[in-house]
Amino acid sequence: MATEAVVEQGERETYLNAVYGLKSWLLTTDHKRIALLYLISITFFFFIGGFFALLIRLELLTPGGDLVTADTYNKLFTMHGQIMVFFFLIPSIPAVLGNFLIPMMIGAKDLAFPRINLLSWYLYVAAGLLMMYTILAGGVDTGWTFYTPLSTEFLTTNVATSAISIFIAGFSSIFTGLNFIVTIHRMRAPGMTWNRLPLFVWAHYATSLIQILGTPVLAISLTLVALERLLHLGIFNPALGGDPLLFQHLFWFYSHPAVYIMILPGMGVVSEVVCCFSRKRIFGYKAMALALLGIAVVGFLVWAHHMFVAGISLYAALIFSLLSYFVAVPSAIKVFNWTATMYKGSIRYDTPMLYAFGFIGLFTIGGLTGLFLASLGIDVHVTDTYFVVAHFHYIMVGGMVMAYLGGMHFYWPKISGRMYPEAWGKLAALLVFVGFNLTFFPQFILGYMGMPRRYHAYPPEFQILNVLSTAGASILAIGYLLPMVYFLWSMRYGKPAPANPWGAAGLEWQTPSPPPTFNFDEQPVVTWDAYNYDEIPEPEEVPVAH
Amino acid sequence: MHTSPAVVVDEHAHDNPALLHHFSDERQQKNAASLGMWIFLATEVMFFGGMFCAYLVYRHWYFGDFSAASQTIAILPGAINTAILICSSLTVVLAVRAAQLNRRSQLVFWLLSTIVLGLVFLGIKGYEYHDKFVEHHVPGLNFSFVEALPGHVGAMANPHHAEIFFSLYFALTGMHALHMIIGVGLFSFLAFEAWRGRYTSNYYTPVENSGLYWHFVDIIWIYLFPLIYLIDRHK
Repeated sequence: MATEAVVEQGERETYLNAVYGLKSWLLTTDHKRIALLYLISITFFFFIGGFFALLIRLELLTPGGDLVTADTYNKLFTMHGQIMVFFFLIPSIPAVLGNFLIPMMIGAKDLAFPRINLLSWYLYVAAGLLMMYTILAGGVDTGWTFYTPLSTEFLTTNVATSAISIFIAGFSSIFTGLNFIVTIHRMRAPGMTWNRLPLFVWAHYATSLIQILGTPVLAISLTLVALERLLHLGIFNPALGGDPLLFQHLFWFYSHPAVYIMILPGMGVVSEVVCCFSRKRIFGYKAMALALLGIAVVGFLVWAHHMFVAGISLYAALIFSLLSYFVAVPSAIKVFNWTATMYKGSIRYDTPMLYAFGFIGLFTIGGLTGLFLASLGIDVHVTDTYFVVAHFHYIMVGGMVMAYLGGMHFYWPKISGRMYPEAWGKLAALLVFVGFNLTFFPQFILGYMGMPRRYHAYPPEFQILNVLSTAGASILAIGYLLPMVYFLWSMRYGKPAPANPWGAAGLEWQTPSPPPTFNFDEQPVVTWDAYNYDEIPEPEEVPVAH
Repeated sequence: MHTSPAVVVDEHAHDNPALLHHFSDERQQKNAASLGMWIFLATEVMFFGGMFCAYLVYRHWYFGDFSAASQTIAILPGAINTAILICSSLTVVLAVRAAQLNRRSQLVFWLLSTIVLGLVFLGIKGYEYHDKFVEHHVPGLNFSFVEALPGHVGAMANPHHAEIFFSLYFALTGMHALHMIIGVGLFSFLAFEAWRGRYTSNYYTPVENSGLYWHFVDIIWIYLFPLIYLIDRHK
């Protein structure tokens, strides 16, 4: 594997070749190795979740329900949602890139609690195994939202095991967030003040706040659902006078902020990439950091916009609608400031930057359509249609997955010590962008025309747009497979990466690629602000081995 | 010992086997552990918060039925348990103090006392659960509830709403008891380690942080006791 890279490079000891053997990986407490363990596991679940998505798109190729039955279809979109949300998106950037980079960015040797970090990966694996069991035992068809009393009273599928699985995955996420917060508070290098932190670190701080304050509420909600099923408690049971809306409130109290777990880390990556490939300081550093925290805080106050048609009072709906608009303010600050950062910058169009461009555009579309949905009149019209599906995929896939791939390309030289093939990288970025838009833009139109989500059949007049969407999904699938292939290829055949191939600012680029086990050979001392690109020379064109 | 202060700190750091490699000194390590524990307790507050929220909603809707259901729960065992938990918080504090003063046998003694108090609490809780079982007040298990509605002559409490009360009762006290069991396990481990001389005035972070956890579990009970046992005025 990557160890060969080092042998060719010479004798230098790195985190990859310091110790060998399966045990040295499974019992490691090195945050960089744990990040790689996460990388492998979330990639596995990404392809499982993607496989379900593929079946969904194949079924929707024709108006009739010909490929799978309605019941199977319910299971497909449920498991697609649960796996993609809880086993891919939520851990994606934090557990892989955050884990790898946060200690290096702040000049620390490791996270504050390395063993808890390993524990959180094992919890993830345990949750993943239980989810795999759920799938093999016949799946679950509650929708990813577990709405009661459907989930507690009426379904005979594996609701309890999938709820427990997500409960465990939640604790994995809580421990990651806890570790990050303590690390950012207590482990910063001398001189690394709060105002010098890279925005990537701020983004993970905001994300971690949501993880530690939101996830426990999901945990208790799912526990109560599991207890209703297993021990016949009756907390949400309408037959006893229990309130299904209460479950929705508790569920969305977590799951709306969780949407920001699935976008804030992406914003962190984009800030790093945009500054580096524009050779400029970030425009409005403090506003950018506060906007991240602002999204996290306001995000806790908007959950009931998922319930506008569920029977909450009109006054509550009005207030939640207004509060939901407020999220637009910090989000707009981010988009405007990235744009202002690029203004008059010397922009380079390397692969990570292509993904950053894609992120900014697609996040803007996803965010603005979110405002459509926050307004009561339009929301009533398009609730539970493909408009909603398109909206959140623009944020989660167009935003987060783009940022994740951009970040993976940007940091791959640091992680693996090898360069990926740039031309293939650009091609894949292009395929992802085109494939994504072709998949999801037609769904806005479908939703606006009234096609409901979560049905396996539809009227024939919707077919053209659905065919376009399925065609786009096929392109998207190739776009996702390509990076996996050439990343693996590059571990053996890629050019060895220098310490700082992009001429990027930040402590993580001042240590060799791949880094030594304790990240830095000596304790770094910080005397500069983040993104001091006016003080860093631009790198030679196309990085090569030195 | 009369070298320059910086050197003393360095040697000290080197000597302490409890100092992990990625921290620069003990203070940083202790501060990190302590902050981590407080954040964990914040997640616990949110965890129980979900159930407290459900409780408040239903108590507001079905106050009379909740009151009737509450009055079938004997106050005495709950009150004794409250006293036991408060005492156990004291024994935990005394354990931390003993660690700070390097008094190993005292530390072991107070940790064992905490374990005993915790087990007594769980025993009494089990006895109470047994009562509920005998009275058919366990939801989903042959549940029946025939009680008058307090304050309404001749009216009966709604058994469905009472079942919600008992669902919350078992969810809340059950989750609390689970935390107690984890705490007892934690203190058993600490007592063993303390007996082996693991904790000194230089390093007693696990004792202190487990103590924080135990106090948190106590505080949950301090809220549960009035919310479950003392609704309205009892007979």
